[in-house]
Amino acid sequence: MPMPTYTLTVNQKTYTVKADAQMPLLWVIRDLIGLTGTKYGCGIAQCGACTIHLDGAPIRSCSFPVSAITHQQITTIEGLSPTHTHPVQKAWIDEQVPQCGYCQSGQIMAAAALLKTNPHPTDEAIDAAMQGNICRCGTYPRIRKAIKKAAGLTP
Amino acid sequence: MKTNKGSLSRRHFIRQTGLSGIALTVGASLSASGKTVVTLIGGPAPAQELVAWISIANTGRVTIMNHRSEMGQGTSQAIPQMIAEELEVHLDQVSVLFAPANPEKFGPQPQEGSFSVRGWYEQLLRIGASAREMLIRAAANQWNVPVSDCHAAGGEVIHRPTGRKLGYGALVEAASALSPPENVVLKNRKAYTCIGKPLPRQDIPAKTNGTALFGLDKKLPGMLYAVVERNPRFRGKVKHFDDSKAKAVPGVRQVLTVQRAVFAHLYEGVAVVADSLWAAMQGRKVLTVEWDDSGFDHLDSDRLAAQMRENLTKPASSETVETALRGAAKKIEAVYETPYQAHSCMEPLNCIAHVQENGIEIWGPIQEANWIQADLSERMGVPKAQVTVHMTFLGGGFGRKAFTDYPHEAALISRAVKAPVQVVWTREDDMRMGPFRTGAFYACKGGIDENGRIIAFQALTAAQWIGQDWTPEPYPDPKPLGDNTGTMEGLSSPYYKSIPHYSFGGVGTRAPIPVMWWRSVYASTNAFACESFIDELAHEAGKDPLEFRRNHLDDKRYRAFIDQLEAVSGWPTRDKKTGWGVALTECFGSIAGHIVVVARKPDGNVKIDRVIALIDCGWYVNPDIIRAQVEGSIVMGLGAATKHAITFKDGKAVEQNFNTYPMPRITDIPRIEVHIMENDEKAGGVGEPGLPPFAPALCNAIFDLTGKRIRTLPFNLDAV
Repeated sequence: MPMPTYTLTVNQKTYTVKADAQMPLLWVIRDLIGLTGTKYGCGIAQCGACTIHLDGAPIRSCSFPVSAITHQQITTIEGLSPTHTHPVQKAWIDEQVPQCGYCQSGQIMAAAALLKTNPHPTDEAIDAAMQGNICRCGTYPRIRKAIKKAAGLTP
Repeated sequence: MKTNKGSLSRRHFIRQTGLSGIALTVGASLSASGKTVVTLIGGPAPAQELVAWISIANTGRVTIMNHRSEMGQGTSQAIPQMIAEELEVHLDQVSVLFAPANPEKFGPQPQEGSFSVRGWYEQLLRIGASAREMLIRAAANQWNVPVSDCHAAGGEVIHRPTGRKLGYGALVEAASALSPPENVVLKNRKAYTCIGKPLPRQDIPAKTNGTALFGLDKKLPGMLYAVVERNPRFRGKVKHFDDSKAKAVPGVRQVLTVQRAVFAHLYEGVAVVADSLWAAMQGRKVLTVEWDDSGFDHLDSDRLAAQMRENLTKPASSETVETALRGAAKKIEAVYETPYQAHSCMEPLNCIAHVQENGIEIWGPIQEANWIQADLSERMGVPKAQVTVHMTFLGGGFGRKAFTDYPHEAALISRAVKAPVQVVWTREDDMRMGPFRTGAFYACKGGIDENGRIIAFQALTAAQWIGQDWTPEPYPDPKPLGDNTGTMEGLSSPYYKSIPHYSFGGVGTRAPIPVMWWRSVYASTNAFACESFIDELAHEAGKDPLEFRRNHLDDKRYRAFIDQLEAVSGWPTRDKKTGWGVALTECFGSIAGHIVVVARKPDGNVKIDRVIALIDCGWYVNPDIIRAQVEGSIVMGLGAATKHAITFKDGKAVEQNFNTYPMPRITDIPRIEVHIMENDEKAGGVGEPGLPPFAPALCNAIFDLTGKRIRTLPFNLDAV
């Protein structure tokens, strides 16, 4: 049985890929398209390392089959800002958030999605939006500060 | 971690690293060797190697090699920050590259024991200073002026009488023809402009935009992917496998038995090799393997725990401890139990191997480049010089990536399929295949005199020793505990002097479960037992827990430490409606102390309000990295104390992913403040020492609030 073909828009570029219908978007993005900033952490939507945006909303790409994409715009960490200067990225540098850095693409994508819908989040809103993202290095205190900084709040 | 392989004598170091001139590479350029290194920060510019670690392009751009692993602990910042200080360059003039495994050039590279700064700073300062002196001499020669009239600053040599300047780029060729100086004068700490400052990490921008290259991100032309179905009972052998369905999956190339060397054991698995990782994973799903699991015990956690508890009763006590306890005003006994833990790095294990006739190349997230090089050389029968180990960023390490099993397995598969292969461990593989941190059980007994001083303290450990799988001989029968003997990794050293009668010993528990080092190693569990028990003794003595510790830690450095911890936390004026707990530990050359503050939530459950941490790591490089490491250690300690444990059933690890091995999340994190002692002690470790005090400080705080003593980890904070 030949593999189906999918046309995807990732970071405003169009890609045509041949993939198993069940193949998660994570592996399509990483291994077929070659954008490796999106990370594999658990494969069961528990850790958030694979967070990307689908029409601006955060999803766990490890548990999202490629065949479920219709015409949505996909944004990965590489496409969050053409110059890597999204306010969240800048705040992440200012607050020196990353340690190993592996989970941070997912953290940043989750934080950027939060600020898009809620530009001035409360502590509770930050916790609610970010609790799906695990950081084993324990950078959570700095993640909180950086989100407030990106939102223009006093960290 | 394992003990350091021995600090290098200066003489040996100079010979190894080329400072004596023997190995000075004149004319070698990074453009020629650039393909053998992975760019960490900035790009490899064509450059002249001046001394080991340092190359300079004719533009003046400096390249510094990071010969250590970068797993989040900040070597890619700390190492250039040290060298740049003595080299007299600004960090924005510096690119950083990962050095490949090369112990002849860089000395031992194992990433363990929080050694990157404390094990290297004197040598790296000398490397930077030697290069600086060579550049100054080259300029003085060119100007035909005395060296003493010249100095270096900002990547230039300056002739003070005339104000003439020459950039390092213009001097490097002449400088590299000079012999390195025999002796160099290092800068006074007060004159530092770079070391000791919270300079932003140069690796962070790449970690915010997807460009940082982790092991899993590395691709090679023609690379195949493999996943391995490994025996979940570790020691069983492959009896038979059926790959007919697996091979029918499009993209699957080959299915083969493969081995994984874990200390003295060869574990077995079946590898599915495919064109893509996804295909390999699909093939594995329909692979069936029959295992021969005879000849070893299929342990359950309950039985393992019972065995450890029984082992705690076997050795006779120290005679002088028993005698002292008979005369004690008060005496207590307690048993503490800690669980097995997985490392659970966010980047699951992975490794690329390319085995060819002329050698082996390895790429991956690696903490143990030298060991891997030597191990592969031996196991694969390839000369060490033909084993190249490239490092990428590590998505966490915590000790798990300081091992040789995953590169060895990848090399076996690559050799069999005659192609470069990336072996990827799924989260489930990573979590349940070990080696784990051992569970450790402790039997403590102690007594105090009429004045509230400890007169005797005995702690006996039952655990699987890390070394057990290296020497698969039966353990000897436990000997009676000796008088004033033994040590406890993590215990503050002045206790050995202040407690008149002590004894520390252990009983090895043999089990067919692979165990290894995990961030802060035995201190991660020892501290829970010892610092909880010290707290129990303080309570029996009716003493303030911090004052009790001060009374027993009669040492200038400790007194200053406790004074500072008291001052920054406000311990003497603490709110009595909250619970306060303290713990102090010493390991990897540093002292760490945490105060945890807990309170009742409106629903009656206990919450952690605040953690005030203090670390004394002596001479230090970057205070912000230290704060980050201690913050992270506290979060990791919080998970180990209140969230997760690996348990075993029928010989297999039960927990497989983050749904059953839950990690601390942002919602679990209290306010954390980290303070650093300022003194001129020798540099101590930073990556590990902040972890051990957390669990006992938390449990001591819960006791202060509730009167309930927690002696078994992990415990559910919501059920206290």
